Amino acid sequence: MTAIMNNLLYGTFIIYLLAAIAFVVVATDVKKRSKIWGNIAITLSIAGVVIHIAFMISRIVIGGHFPTSNMFEFIAFLCFALVLAFIVIFAIYRTYVLGAFVMPFAVVLLAYAAVFPRDVQPLIPALQSHWLYIHVTTAALGQGAFAVSFVAGLIYLIYKVGNGEKSSHGKYLETTLVIIVMMLGFSIASLFFQAIGYKASFTHEIDGNQVVEEYQLPPIVAPHESKAVTVESFLGFKDPLLEVPAWMKGENAASKFNSVIWGIVVGLVLYAIYLLIVRKNLYQLLYPLVKKLDPELLDEISYRGVAIGYPLFTLGALIFAMIWANEAWGRPWGWDPKETWAFITWMFYSAYLHLRLSRGWVGMKSSWLAVGGFVIIMLNLIVINLVISGLHSYA
Amino acid sequence: MIENTKCECGHNNPIGTVLCEHCGRPLDETTNSNDKLDKEMRYEGKARRSLTYQKSIIDQVWNFFSSVKIAIILIIITFIMSAIGTIFPQEQFIPSSSPDTYYEETYGTLGKWFHQLGLSTMYSSWWFATLLSMIGISLVICSLDRVIPLYRALKNQKVSKSTVFIERQRISVTEEVSQEEASFKMDELANKLSKKRYHVRKEKDALLAEKGRFSRWGPYINHIGLIIFLVGILLRYLPGWNLDDYVWVQEGQTVRVPQTQYYVKNEGSTVEYYKETEKSQKGPIVSKYQTKAVLYKKDSNGKLVPLMNKSILVNDPLDFEGLKLYQSDFRAGDLTGIQFAIIDRKSKKNLGEFSVDLSNITANHIYRAGGLRVKIKDYFPDFAIENNVPVTKSQDPNQPAFLFETIDEGKEKGENSLVISGMDFPNPESNKYNIQLAGFETVNTAGLMVRIEKSLPIYLIGGVVSMLGLVMGFYWQHRRVWVRVQDGKLHIGAHTNKNWFAIRRELSQVGFSRLVKETEEK
Repeated sequence: MTAIMNNLLYGTFIIYLLAAIAFVVVATDVKKRSKIWGNIAITLSIAGVVIHIAFMISRIVIGGHFPTSNMFEFIAFLCFALVLAFIVIFAIYRTYVLGAFVMPFAVVLLAYAAVFPRDVQPLIPALQSHWLYIHVTTAALGQGAFAVSFVAGLIYLIYKVGNGEKSSHGKYLETTLVIIVMMLGFSIASLFFQAIGYKASFTHEIDGNQVVEEYQLPPIVAPHESKAVTVESFLGFKDPLLEVPAWMKGENAASKFNSVIWGIVVGLVLYAIYLLIVRKNLYQLLYPLVKKLDPELLDEISYRGVAIGYPLFTLGALIFAMIWANEAWGRPWGWDPKETWAFITWMFYSAYLHLRLSRGWVGMKSSWLAVGGFVIIMLNLIVINLVISGLHSYA
Repeated sequence: MIENTKCECGHNNPIGTVLCEHCGRPLDETTNSNDKLDKEMRYEGKARRSLTYQKSIIDQVWNFFSSVKIAIILIIITFIMSAIGTIFPQEQFIPSSSPDTYYEETYGTLGKWFHQLGLSTMYSSWWFATLLSMIGISLVICSLDRVIPLYRALKNQKVSKSTVFIERQRISVTEEVSQEEASFKMDELANKLSKKRYHVRKEKDALLAEKGRFSRWGPYINHIGLIIFLVGILLRYLPGWNLDDYVWVQEGQTVRVPQTQYYVKNEGSTVEYYKETEKSQKGPIVSKYQTKAVLYKKDSNGKLVPLMNKSILVNDPLDFEGLKLYQSDFRAGDLTGIQFAIIDRKSKKNLGEFSVDLSNITANHIYRAGGLRVKIKDYFPDFAIENNVPVTKSQDPNQPAFLFETIDEGKEKGENSLVISGMDFPNPESNKYNIQLAGFETVNTAGLMVRIEKSLPIYLIGGVVSMLGLVMGFYWQHRRVWVRVQDGKLHIGAHTNKNWFAIRRELSQVGFSRLVKETEEK
């Protein structure tokens, strides 16, 4: 059964990858064969979603609970939500170019998920509730729609900056794109070291308890005041260069921070290689894919993503969250860091909506806000679990 | 501010009106006549109180809070401050009871500032509450300022609109038609639009098709939900409205539920582990914490009357008329009793055993073991030696020590022996008996969270209303199509409050793709 589950996961990954390639072909195709490729691309996306569902079902069969209980499961579900939201929005607008950006992003997201421990773990008592999947899935579906909004916003920015209308935004746009490359870099580095079976571990003290922290990547930074237990050398490097500050004491915080540094380094190296070969900005490379699009339509898609996501996010990340928190922790709201950041996300998108609907912020401003909103979501996903040990640090 | 409120059509509009209430013609002629009317259409160009009266203090306060700009600024301040509050943990999450020193020691100078600026308790601070209240006031006033004129405007819509109004819609087209063609086209449009579930009204030379008007109320219904929710939060300041306390109950004990007249008995607390994880490296994973609890109330005679039995689990609290007890913590193996054996020193024979209940130790109690009597002359729950004197560090039985007097049958006085758990204390050689630890009696203890939160149903109603508004507002849209025939020309204009792509597609589906195309190319 575990073998089936793993194969379904690889299958999902490969089909998303193929769909991504097909969409890129549609977007770049100069001849008029794009209709066939378009059909192939969207069929592959739907097939990917179906296999993804099969993967989740197999995981339910093995673990006996819905797979949204740790980082791997959650990010994989977020990837699912992203593709699902894309298919819904594609059904409305039929823009293939959107797929040429969403599907590669989904691939990066799934690769990123695979970095985290993938074994099925039994549920601790705090998670034993139907709200586990009701709350988490609804919130993630909302975030998936926000992610589509983010991608559409990004395409809008590439369009406007690429055609020279708003070239002053170029460096910010490039920075945003490089951050996505860093996510890719992180996934590549992690999967590489997973493949060669790299391991290191440190022991240190957290709040009076001796804790062993496992590293899957060679340590650039070690936990605060830690002792090395075993550190395999990689290319002759053995000793960590630095220690993390004392306040980083979330679950495996130092190890996760180390991974972030790896992501940044590998991302920058990839970007440098890219610059050496192609010798133009990323947005200039991407501009030809999007130049035939109608910017007004992109702006509307970006807004539509928020319009679809906002009620879902409100329901999942706030209302259902409060109902469950009241059952599990005895209060609907407690300003736990993750709760606070869900609130911040919600307030941010509320500001987005009011700025757009009441102050007429459309186009560039609105697109940047869509990007900013998704950055907040990623911050909540990565940094909050990384730095702070709150009630939500399950993974 | 628009001074001229009399429209060319002859209608007298209230001061502050942007689009004539009767025919829709823009009243402010200074705007570029090529500009689309998107902005003005937001509230149907009606006069709003905030734009009309600006003199008195009440007006100014009203105007301040009716500004969406102010609302957005409040929202932005709130979320930025909320984010700052998560830089370091809040006081309730720190593993220390002295925040004054904790923040500086752990996080350095930044931590010190964090604490001194009050950011470590910011979510319960007066200024954070003020921010949220201001958002609440803004919600009420912004909504009232807009919803009333909007409601009036949409209720009293005229079918026949000025051609200026139609031409300046984002989607609009004008074409030459003959008289007969015009009426045929109007009928065809009316027919097709009603098939698309538009509500169509027709006059002699004009047509208005409309659908999804209710979605315009979505934002306001959402705001009502949020206001209900905020009222729920405000009610928490009423005494007795909510309760947040904690109680530890040992197995077998009955204790009073703090701040209430109820009592709770622990009939057994257990922890279970997943079998497959019991031998894993990372240690076993807990599958279940459970406390069998009985809730009591004292009747008039002071007798405990059971009210309900419940196995409390994490995620499944005991709930008695709004009083909730949550399984929050579990402590295994609290020491409640110790068994001792009396050994004859010479023959090494076990002469008998007795057990001491640690919660009930008195100087006069006599324990019997075999033919012997034992008295406790002194008891140190948490034994230590300070300045050569035995003392107890606390009242918790961390290292219990006893000074026993063992009395032979028929005698008045016996011999003294000191017994310290975990230590082999050398008692005088002259002693006949040796007292040894023979066993421990331990129980589990449940940490129960005690909660009353009377606002819960209010939050729920607020949440449901809010969701209803959001779904109405976001998953439907208000679409309108105006048609007007004047001077041999057919004018078509369309407006939607969002999703322009969809209304364009809809217009092309009713057979007017040509009209739509033209608009898009403009």
